[in-house]
Amino acid sequence: MPSKPSWFNLTSLVLGFSFLYLPIVILIVFSFNESRLVTVWAGFSTKWYAALLQNEQLLEAAWVTFRIGLTSATLATVLGTLAALVLARQGRFFGRTLFSGMIYAPLVMPEVILGLSLLLLFVAIDQNRGFWTIMIAHTTFSMCYVAIVVQSRLSGFDRSLEEAAMDLGCPPVRTFFRITLPQILPGVLAGWMLAFTLSLDDLVIASFNSGPGSTTLPMKIYSQVRLGVTPEINAICTILVVIVTIGVILASLLTKRQRFKRMEEERLAAAHL
Amino acid sequence: MTDPNLSSTDLLRSETIPPPRHELQDPENSPTNPTGKWGRFALICVPYVWLLLFFLVPFVIVAKISLSEAAVSIPPYLPVIDWGRGLLGLWEAAQRWSLDNYIWLTEDDLYWRAYVSSLQIAFISTLLTLLVGFPLAYGMARAPRSWQPTLVMMVILPFWTSFLIRVYAWIGILKTDGLLNQALIAIGIISEPLVILNTSIAVYIGIIYSYLPFMVLPLYSSLEKLDTTLIEAAEDLGCPPWKTFWRVTVPLAMPGVIAGCFLVFIPAVGEFVIPDLLGGSSTLMIGKTLWVEFFSNRDWPVASAVAIVLLVLLVIPILLFQRHETRRNEGDM
Repeated sequence: MPSKPSWFNLTSLVLGFSFLYLPIVILIVFSFNESRLVTVWAGFSTKWYAALLQNEQLLEAAWVTFRIGLTSATLATVLGTLAALVLARQGRFFGRTLFSGMIYAPLVMPEVILGLSLLLLFVAIDQNRGFWTIMIAHTTFSMCYVAIVVQSRLSGFDRSLEEAAMDLGCPPVRTFFRITLPQILPGVLAGWMLAFTLSLDDLVIASFNSGPGSTTLPMKIYSQVRLGVTPEINAICTILVVIVTIGVILASLLTKRQRFKRMEEERLAAAHL
Repeated sequence: MTDPNLSSTDLLRSETIPPPRHELQDPENSPTNPTGKWGRFALICVPYVWLLLFFLVPFVIVAKISLSEAAVSIPPYLPVIDWGRGLLGLWEAAQRWSLDNYIWLTEDDLYWRAYVSSLQIAFISTLLTLLVGFPLAYGMARAPRSWQPTLVMMVILPFWTSFLIRVYAWIGILKTDGLLNQALIAIGIISEPLVILNTSIAVYIGIIYSYLPFMVLPLYSSLEKLDTTLIEAAEDLGCPPWKTFWRVTVPLAMPGVIAGCFLVFIPAVGEFVIPDLLGGSSTLMIGKTLWVEFFSNRDWPVASAVAIVLLVLLVIPILLFQRHETRRNEGDM
């Protein structure tokens, strides 16, 4: 491994990351544009952000999206963690292949198919569409992501602690909460974050399963984008990008600190022996 | 796996890892096996039933409705199974099912063209994503060790930000009076603005941009493990650099190339947002056709048939991908 990157590698890194980040940077810059045009710079202004606060429909949509995100991410984390435990710990059982197939399939399935199929289910059982149907739809596909994130955490995990607790007479459910859960917690939290952002982002599945009064933010943005590009949309997008970026960085700092703390504790424990 | 960047790498890597063998053999001794048989049953049942109910059953319903015919009613298709009459109701409805919608799909060449052009657009943009992603992944894998976690994080970060926002960002750039044309005219490369938005070129750019992380991460994980002494050996023996690249680096990076291509190709075929926002009316893709069929034409049975055919088209690449991943993971062990 060369200590200094060659000019070729450096160029490809710079070009690659500019390609990834430039559009987002441009989007953020033009959200502060004075002019209504998103392509001509006319001076700095925060008036589009002020306009957002006046837009009640938009705030309403943001609130709906946030509530759906919270509930579906939480439910998906519970179900996904259970599914991960089943995949990683329960060995063979009747229908295991079908089960793992159902976990992996939604990851590559086109969203239009997932959205359509769930909608037809809700129609078939005569369920009115709205908040709950979007929530269930989001839970269903994001639990699969959670299951895979948590499973990878479970498979690289020292089981002797669990076995020790069980040998000392700790009941299984308590062992799970006292031993297993703390160890897989970073994976569970990362899974929750992933589920939350997936729900926040989703346009296609929500469009199929929404009803009157349950318009989500991506649906709102989408219908406005179709009418044209405006600095107002840039402003909403900037806010979302900033929230997600802060969330991701916080999550990674938190888990890093936790790992560091654990390493420190292990070092101390070893020193005492 | 602690930070979210790694979690997504794992997400891409761990798709079909079989559980370690000893766990398969003694499930009864599993410490997380709560209170014996019944606990185990409950643990398996909760996620299983959820997925059966909200993932598998809906597909059966899609298949059923694809055999129905459109009608001006609520719900807008016929026949509706009369469950009040039990199996007899099912039998009566079943007698009225037909393959008419599928025959319709083959007769109207709009659908054929949509399927073919989806596959074509997905294929070309997968190759382009590989061309853009390879140098980036290579640069990342050859960067100093201490940079690498940050670089991986930087590839993942856009993946977390909204898909819709990332596609939207390109509209302002690609428009006829957009930033790209302004820049090109200012430099003097072109005198007339290029028409890019609402053409398939814009769709390619959108797909490359949105799916780049899916290509770069598996490529990076292959390239990063690559044994550099092999490259040094080839160079010491007088192999020119480009030949070393083709004969040593590329073959060793192949598992990552294949995984990345599948991860871009499969979702790109059914893509809706990108062709809709960037491709305009001139770009025909099947995800968009399904959307229009459902929301504008309100022809639910035809939309269902389109979905079933799309699923059948994707089953082969999905199965190939799963087999490849299983092999790749076994090779790792």
